[in-house]
Amino acid sequence: MIGIEHYIVVSSILFVLGVLGIFLNRKNIIIILMAIELILLSVNINLVAFSAFLHDLTGQIFAMFVLTVAAGEAAVGLAILVIYFRSRGTIAVDDVNRMKG
Amino acid sequence: MIQLIAFYLFAALVVASGVAVITARNPVHSVLWLILAFFNAAGLMILIGAEFIAALLVIVYVGAVAVLFLFVVMMLDIDFATLRAGFVKNFPLGLAIAAILLAELVLGLGATGSGHLVLGTADGNAAPLAGAPNIEAIGAVLYGRYLFLFEASGVILLVAMIGAIVLTHRERGGVKSQNISKQVARRPEDATINTQPGIGQGVEI
Repeated sequence: MIGIEHYIVVSSILFVLGVLGIFLNRKNIIIILMAIELILLSVNINLVAFSAFLHDLTGQIFAMFVLTVAAGEAAVGLAILVIYFRSRGTIAVDDVNRMKG
Repeated sequence: MIQLIAFYLFAALVVASGVAVITARNPVHSVLWLILAFFNAAGLMILIGAEFIAALLVIVYVGAVAVLFLFVVMMLDIDFATLRAGFVKNFPLGLAIAAILLAELVLGLGATGSGHLVLGTADGNAAPLAGAPNIEAIGAVLYGRYLFLFEASGVILLVAMIGAIVLTHRERGGVKSQNISKQVARRPEDATINTQPGIGQGVEI
């Protein structure tokens, strides 16, 4: 029978894959954003799994909020990407220092 | 049995498509693999009875976020070959950090499984309604206990929408468009003149 451990293992693997994706594609911010989406997906799987196995709906509600924030983050991130590309002509982000941060 | 097969199918596919997302050469393929990952994650959630979140995942991610990614990837003229330059160089470091992270997660899971750590239990305030479908139970909790958080997430979406529009909007010169306030503020005495030119003289405009 499937237990909560199975779901935790899947979501851990997905989380690690997301972190690995950020490291592998340090220049391509589009892939970095997709890796962040993978991380958030793994968090959602974890929340939903705990919610289902503990018979408490709070996890599923919280997964909805994570989904909301992920959608907003993708929209604003891609908007910043578009204006960055418009002014620089490239999206290589490993040496971005426009704001000297 | 069928549940077990379905779980391993979905889990294997979600991990495989996750690997493909971060290693694909073409970002368009990455987005398509991401869509497959989301579909399989939705399948995983359906298996444990969270149909509403699964449907939301497909609608929001596949219907909106993935299409947004596709638009941006296809709209911008990016040379993706140069962006992959550090891929091999970063591989050992990334793999090391990923291995450490995975080892920590597995260690945590093992520590919990050994029984010395006690997980919290649900307080029962958000328990699913008996006999109600998943979506009805979520609605009862979402519009009850979490109403203000729900409205706050609406505000977050509004801010994100306005932010994205303000960031990407640009004024284009040389376009004839209607300026309503200028139009309304125009008065007859500014726009017309009344002159009495003498005979044989021109009118200076």
